[in-house]
Amino acid sequence: MSILKRCLAAATAIAISMSLTGCHGSQGLKEFEIPEEFDESKNYEITFWAKNDSNKVQAQIYQQAIADFEKLYPNITVNLRPYNDYNRIYNDVITNISTNTTPNVCITYPDHIATYNTGKNVVVPLDGLFDDEKYGLGGSALKFDSPRKDEIIPQFLEECSLGGIHYAIPFMRSTEACYVNKTMVEALGYTLPETLTWDFIWEVSEAAMKKNADGTFAINGQNVLIPFIYKSTDNMMIQMLRQKDAGYSDSDGNILIFNDTVKELLKTIAKHGETGAFSTFKISSYPGNFLNAGQCIFAVDSTAGATWMGSHAPLSDIHESSKVEFETEVLPVPQFDPDNPKMISQGPSVCIFNKEDPQEVLASWLFAQFLLTNGVQAAYSETEGYVPVTSKAQGSAEYTDYLSRIGEDNDEHYDIKIKAAKLLIDHVGETFVTPVFNGSASLRSAAGQMIENVTKSVRRHETVDDAYYDKLYGDITSLYHLDSLGGDSLGKKDLGELPGTAKALIASLIAAWALIALSFLAPKIKKKLKAK
Amino acid sequence: MKKFLALILAAVLMLTLAACGDTNDEPANNGDDGNSVNEPAENGDDANADAASEGVMTYEEYAAAAVDTQVTVEAYVQAKQSWWDNKATVYTQDKDGAYFLYEMACSEEDYAKLTPGTKIKVTGYKSEWSGEVEITDATFEIIEGDTWVAEAFDATSLLGTDDLIKHQNEFVSFKGLTVEAVSYKNDEPGDDIYVTVGLNGQSYNFCVEVYLTGTDTDVYKAVGELKAGDVVDIEGFLYWYEGVNTHITSVTAAN
Repeated sequence: MSILKRCLAAATAIAISMSLTGCHGSQGLKEFEIPEEFDESKNYEITFWAKNDSNKVQAQIYQQAIADFEKLYPNITVNLRPYNDYNRIYNDVITNISTNTTPNVCITYPDHIATYNTGKNVVVPLDGLFDDEKYGLGGSALKFDSPRKDEIIPQFLEECSLGGIHYAIPFMRSTEACYVNKTMVEALGYTLPETLTWDFIWEVSEAAMKKNADGTFAINGQNVLIPFIYKSTDNMMIQMLRQKDAGYSDSDGNILIFNDTVKELLKTIAKHGETGAFSTFKISSYPGNFLNAGQCIFAVDSTAGATWMGSHAPLSDIHESSKVEFETEVLPVPQFDPDNPKMISQGPSVCIFNKEDPQEVLASWLFAQFLLTNGVQAAYSETEGYVPVTSKAQGSAEYTDYLSRIGEDNDEHYDIKIKAAKLLIDHVGETFVTPVFNGSASLRSAAGQMIENVTKSVRRHETVDDAYYDKLYGDITSLYHLDSLGGDSLGKKDLGELPGTAKALIASLIAAWALIALSFLAPKIKKKLKAK
Repeated sequence: MKKFLALILAAVLMLTLAACGDTNDEPANNGDDGNSVNEPAENGDDANADAASEGVMTYEEYAAAAVDTQVTVEAYVQAKQSWWDNKATVYTQDKDGAYFLYEMACSEEDYAKLTPGTKIKVTGYKSEWSGEVEITDATFEIIEGDTWVAEAFDATSLLGTDDLIKHQNEFVSFKGLTVEAVSYKNDEPGDDIYVTVGLNGQSYNFCVEVYLTGTDTDVYKAVGELKAGDVVDIEGFLYWYEGVNTHITSVTAAN
């Protein structure tokens, strides 16, 4: 009987311990250790969650890269899952972390990795892999011509570092550009400066709002005109603040965005939103649609969206009959100080998720690294105004030939697309990224949401005064939970008192362990008492 | 005592397991497969379909309102497109016209209640996005009682005319369209399907919106198998994106 009791107690203890282990990553996976050899005798199936810009050629390039890689490593099968939206990837990854069903390789943004990493050993740190003699960057045992670490553009690589550890490799880089209807600017009596300023854009945009007696706009003769449309208002606010050297956040995760500079910027934006001279993608639609229809003068969008911009854009969502002919100029985003321009660096990076089998992780790393080879880098970057992330690919004969053939056609060598890529190449030293921490993705969204809200409010004739801004700051703080990030978002914060259910669970566990102990000790105590 | 001990331990074990939540090994997906497209009309009390409450706009008043105006309407849910981050996108309609509710504030629990036919009162702002007139930043309340599901309005004769837009967002049908091209958004199944159809020498871009009719729906599979030259009858919601862009909910070979 005592054996039975002990078995019951032991089994219960094991069951409880197992059930806890099964809880959402509470234990986490073992830290990844690089195998000495990649085992080519076993088959590995890995998943790759990728993002493309509604550009079919990009999907085809991923497929081609996978096919080429699988030829080199026949024991690795790569399953592609395409996405059109970074946020969808982010949300699906978070959902899948709890069930240990993350992808193996995933297109990502460093902001997102900071959140993934709140779990234990979820994302694989790459520094060891970078330097591995056999399988690292430029490694001796690789079956492809991989770039060395020093051949990745240092600034782009640094963007993948969180707390001094690299959790991703850059895949492509872009920035934002202002695609300008130069014909219309000149028709309004202005000359485009080499570097756009915010003042210039606001002035020209307001000048364009003049109407004819029949209600059409004088500059285009149409019923619709939004002179200035910004695609990503997150970026708009972030870049404005960096240009003004004003608060946004620091690397400790302190939220600095609710400051007077932001209020002044919002007031200016509101003024032009109210007249209809300014709008956003979320409120109106894609800047390129309006630009190509002659209904927008300054369209700010990613350089990775260049194939949608201009009269002869190879990609377009508007009917041919709606397009108008004009000269397009591609310029850096507007600046407060044109002598000291600042623009955001963005674009996809690639991270690897940890798995129980280190060989599977190594297979994932081999594929991720393959995405840095010249063939993939050049092919993918040429689909849009992207820039390869390695000096090796940028200096390759294929890529330099591509750049030199600007404007030869309106497809592969579309001039706007190549101008957009050159814009980043020429301004790499003037790009920046924002600090990354758990919650930085929310802060990004909050920055843009303030512009969206204030623009909508003035369009709806709401009162926008100091009280409005106070309420806006409060609403945004609450919506994006920014008050729970400040300063302690890297794991140091006091989470407050435990909820009642958690307390009850812990109490139950303590009681269970006490009963288990009692079941062990009771017979012994009885024996001792009997002996006495 | 032994029985009591076993019972306590079993209860604790269950509690800890329950706290662990979903341990499904299948990859989870936040997307909404949206198999909630309306079935053929299952009319409730049609006579009361347009009975509006105090302060509620008629469709005519809504149509006349300027963009960025606050609007309040009552309408019947026809289909749900998606729920995401406490925001629901829903196709609604009353006897006189249709309203597309974009990212309306909605809990997941309430979203489940928005079955086809459900009457709701919606307050939001009239907005326009690439030609699609919709209600944004909206809140809603369910009005118990009436239910109504629209029959598809045959809009075939209006294709290519200025009158088509008057039926924007309505549940409509088109007869005898010739398929010109079918392509997946990402070149393979999994995302939207773009369908170009022709009638009387004009081409129109329709779409199988994957959030409305997911990859496991009959319409997704049927449209994916269409070939250029097929002649079909189509039902769907008269969505707009830089022109008519019907969200297809059913496709059948034309008689």
